[in-house]
Amino acid sequence: MMSTPLIQVRDLVQKIGGQEILKGISLDIHKGETLVLLGKSGGGKSVFLRHLIGLMRPVSGSILFEGREVTTLKERELEPVRKKIGMLFQDGALFDSMNVFDNVAFPLRERGERDPAVIKRKVDESLAMVNMRGHDKKMPVNLSGGMRKRVALARAIISPPDVILYDEPTAGLDPIVSDSINTLISRLQAELRVTSIVVTHDMVSCNHIANRVALLNEGRIYFTGTTDDLRSSTDPTIRDFVDGRSGETIY
Amino acid sequence: MPIIGIFSNLYTAFLTFLGQVAMLAGETILSIFCGRIRPKLVIQQIAEIGFRSQLVVIVTGAFTGAVFTAQAYFQFATLNMETAVGPVVAISMFRELGPVLAGLMVAGRVGAAMSAEIGTMRVTQQIDALRALAVNPVDYLVVPRAMAMFISMPFLVVECVGCGILASYYVGVNVLNISGVYFLANTQKFADSSDIIMALVKGFFFAGVIVFISCREGLNAKDGAVGVGRATTSTVVNCSLAILIVNFFLTMALNVLFPAGQ
Repeated sequence: MMSTPLIQVRDLVQKIGGQEILKGISLDIHKGETLVLLGKSGGGKSVFLRHLIGLMRPVSGSILFEGREVTTLKERELEPVRKKIGMLFQDGALFDSMNVFDNVAFPLRERGERDPAVIKRKVDESLAMVNMRGHDKKMPVNLSGGMRKRVALARAIISPPDVILYDEPTAGLDPIVSDSINTLISRLQAELRVTSIVVTHDMVSCNHIANRVALLNEGRIYFTGTTDDLRSSTDPTIRDFVDGRSGETIY
Repeated sequence: MPIIGIFSNLYTAFLTFLGQVAMLAGETILSIFCGRIRPKLVIQQIAEIGFRSQLVVIVTGAFTGAVFTAQAYFQFATLNMETAVGPVVAISMFRELGPVLAGLMVAGRVGAAMSAEIGTMRVTQQIDALRALAVNPVDYLVVPRAMAMFISMPFLVVECVGCGILASYYVGVNVLNISGVYFLANTQKFADSSDIIMALVKGFFFAGVIVFISCREGLNAKDGAVGVGRATTSTVVNCSLAILIVNFFLTMALNVLFPAGQ
């Protein structure tokens, strides 16, 4: 028997600029799984992810986190929920006025940790986990895209969260760095036993890390299943996505 | 009719602006009294807002006092009332010019920087990152700036007024040959503590105007670098207009409490 999902999304609708981006998404996310949300660029994947942590409010629908409705919570009421969720933004969203060490230490300090030795040890551990030791004095502007994402990930996991949301973790990275990020995501899941929700359009990344896959198409969840189910599907929409076909012709 | 639509939109935008500034002010004040204060950030902001704004405020006050003295002397000399220059400049500096000029200079220097900094954080998702890390942006970004502004602004106003009066004395006595004794005696006779209180009260209100408008513009910035530029421009324009408008109402209200010439 399946346990109660950690996150339950029901009929989530969002409109931006009069256009309906999410048209009633329903999805369950279970504790400890890595769910990869696939979909076209501009299809609303990141918008969906932002709803899970309360950065956007839906037009209608509900999101239950550990059985608690989060869409109706006020900004300050969301803070306990957000403390359980880490988020990796697409470009890292590091604080550009702080160096790597201070960026990673930020959540600890904000949650009341004052002992410099404890902060240093935890920052070192976090940076080691993402293979970024020795870069702690650098400013974000001096880091490459991949390094920024690693530091952002170190910041997201320093106070170990129950859930990590990844917004396009491999976008704009070369295949080797992408592979190291994918390995890192798998390692974090194995070592920290977190629930991971990864938004991507990268099929290589999906095959590498996913326990379960959901395909977002035209604002709705079109498919959920394993990567094997996805690869063996004969549905034309799924095949177009898996095989990377646009359906357009030259003439 | 299109013209009615335009005015209706402008009116709605104006009310929205006022509402957002008032809500931000309310949330900030509530957070100051009920939330967590970050002393390190407050001190950093005092250094940025207060300490580093001194030069611009001192130069503005000094040269305004100097030029005002010269102009007043040229007019009063025709009536043989040169010794009235001191009190006229002092009272004007205390009651109007000092707070308004300090406010306008701080709005240009600090308000624009605040808006650009917060606006850049907004468009680069750093504010979303703060929220995702369970840190309220008002607590972290607005409260330290507001506290620093409320602490610094009265001192900046005093510096502006003080330097204006000193420059006035120097120009009046050493350049225009007004009697120093009469200059000081008349200034002491006509300017009193109510003028100082009025300057400080205005400085305190202008601090609120600058910090809440600047932070509101920064927090609402969108559309990348162009949006940040737009927010910065709006900050300087809106702060300057608001200071001038608020100054009129403060003058009328404070004149009831501290009547001039009494």
